[in-house]
Amino acid sequence: MDANGKIYGLVAEFDSPAAILRAAEKVRDAGYHRWDAFTPFPIHGMDKVMGLKNSLVGWFALLFGGGAFVGCMAMIWYMNTYDYPVLVGGKPMFSPPAAFVPSYILLVLAGAIGAFVGMIAMNELPRLHHPLFKNHRFALVSRDKFFLVIGAQDPKFSETETRSLLEETGGTHIELVEDD
Amino acid sequence: MADSATNLRALVPPLELRRPKLVPSERGLGGLTDHLTAFAEGRTPRWWWIMFMPAAFLAAVVLPSMLIYQISTGVGVWGNNKPVAWGWDIINFVWWVGVAHAGTLISAMLFLTRQHWRTAIGRAAEAMTVFAVAMAGLYPAIHTGRAWFDWFLFPVPTANGIWPQFRSPLMWDVFAVNTYLMVSTLFWYMGLIPDLALMRDRAKTRVRKFLYGVFALGWTGSARHWHNYEKAYLVLSGLATLLVFTVSSIVGMDFATSQLAGWHSTIFPFYFVAGAVFCGFGMVLVLLIPLRKLCHLEDVITMQHIDKVCKMTLLMGCVMGYIYVMEYFIAWYTGNPYDAWIFGHRLFGRQYWFGGWIMILVNASLPQLFWFKKVRQNLKLIFLIAVLINIGMWFERFVIIVGSLYQDFLPANWGAYFPTWVDIGTYAGTLGAFFTMYLLFVRFLPVIAVSEVKGGTPQANPQHPLGGAKGGR
Repeated sequence: MDANGKIYGLVAEFDSPAAILRAAEKVRDAGYHRWDAFTPFPIHGMDKVMGLKNSLVGWFALLFGGGAFVGCMAMIWYMNTYDYPVLVGGKPMFSPPAAFVPSYILLVLAGAIGAFVGMIAMNELPRLHHPLFKNHRFALVSRDKFFLVIGAQDPKFSETETRSLLEETGGTHIELVEDD
Repeated sequence: MADSATNLRALVPPLELRRPKLVPSERGLGGLTDHLTAFAEGRTPRWWWIMFMPAAFLAAVVLPSMLIYQISTGVGVWGNNKPVAWGWDIINFVWWVGVAHAGTLISAMLFLTRQHWRTAIGRAAEAMTVFAVAMAGLYPAIHTGRAWFDWFLFPVPTANGIWPQFRSPLMWDVFAVNTYLMVSTLFWYMGLIPDLALMRDRAKTRVRKFLYGVFALGWTGSARHWHNYEKAYLVLSGLATLLVFTVSSIVGMDFATSQLAGWHSTIFPFYFVAGAVFCGFGMVLVLLIPLRKLCHLEDVITMQHIDKVCKMTLLMGCVMGYIYVMEYFIAWYTGNPYDAWIFGHRLFGRQYWFGGWIMILVNASLPQLFWFKKVRQNLKLIFLIAVLINIGMWFERFVIIVGSLYQDFLPANWGAYFPTWVDIGTYAGTLGAFFTMYLLFVRFLPVIAVSEVKGGTPQANPQHPLGGAKGGR
């Protein structure tokens, strides 16, 4: 690589979920913070090893859904009671049981959108390019290979030491990934 | 490694107690991936064209011509009349909404209850939901008569200053069906993202790489991504499960809140949900049985899956039987002469007696065959029963709608209902559009949730020897 190219990190490849889980434990114990595992499916126990807290996606859903419920109730009150009241069959102008149904449905809709938007936002997607996509072996990540990347931003990152750590954990095809 | 494997083998229960594996194929993760994506990447087989051409003709020629003719002329081109103001438009609407329900039930409710067998059929069932709801949504939009005023249904400020009437279940329906379409599409699409990334990574041509790449949104499979993704999937399935119970029950309330014998009944919301799920399972079987054979997925969508769907169909068939009995019982027990008249005429009326018998014989009785294991293993018979269930459930809606309308309270208001060629053409067109979309889905997207199925194999379990775990760990 040329001298002024920035480094994204070091990538190592593993063959099984157990291997990458063990490697992740070692990398964590070695004191690294800015690292990530890339896998074809979620691996049980990886959250714990990486120290990931409960995802905030649920709060997005609650906020969106709750907001929609209250908003729809208020909207129905405004439309059918305040702005243009119409008497229909002697029914009350605003009755919560009737207004509940559309509000509840909008809660589901907005909650679902909230969960999706939350997932996209928390994952910083959509992102059409990623430095790892340039690594020719990385295409196997969705197939049957497991990758561990230690970022160059990590204060403990050093090309030689990190490489030997990854070798120790049993990683193969250890390569430097350029940032662009 | 060798002795740890023998240790584990000693713990395996005897043969008769052992559960069959979810994915019996011993292909490993890579082989499984190749197998599951093979159809979407391979050459288009001839059977696909043979099915696609007529479906596409119905979707692209018949359906638009019917819609243009009906919208430009008026609903008078349909068989709807007075007193039968609701005809095939609402029958088909309720039928399509019903077809949709099993998809959500399989993908969302079985996810929440941790039924891992759903992974193999969830994607195919969700696609069915999305396309069926789209077809259902078409009917209310065109049956308003002046389709260009459909936007009056939405709470937008208009020049005449009046707002939608939120005390009516018909208004709730607008919200329910649109929400159902959007939430099921979101759920389906979110489940697709990791598999779209897989298709992107495997793509050979630039066009495929670009298209799959755009829709995969840059998914990398990072553990942080999976962490948020799993949470979002859980929340979405919880919300989608709520929709299984609300959409058809609101459709049922459209009927129940009217003052009409045969409709004015508190069982209707539950009745419609049960009927919807039942009909949907029928459609799942109709789609899955050819799909697993034609796409060579017999070892992933196994007889075990078919067996389980058959059992669910049986359960729902029993529920339908209970509801039918209950309807007749209440008609007799209330002593309401109009109810007794309507229900008597369902079975022994002059005109539509066959509908009532089809309901009882096909919907409540035929699924009872699924008590026998021999039947649950005979694919041709299952397919036939499933097709008949779909037809039977169509007739159930016919009986409910036309059967209650054609004899009004006064004999002066009695009439008859027959569909016109436009009714038939529109229905054929929606069937064509549904199958066109389904065939395109089968051709270009992985019909099996690849990442989910892989995640359920022992090779994906870090505690399992096949997942690379060391003995004694």
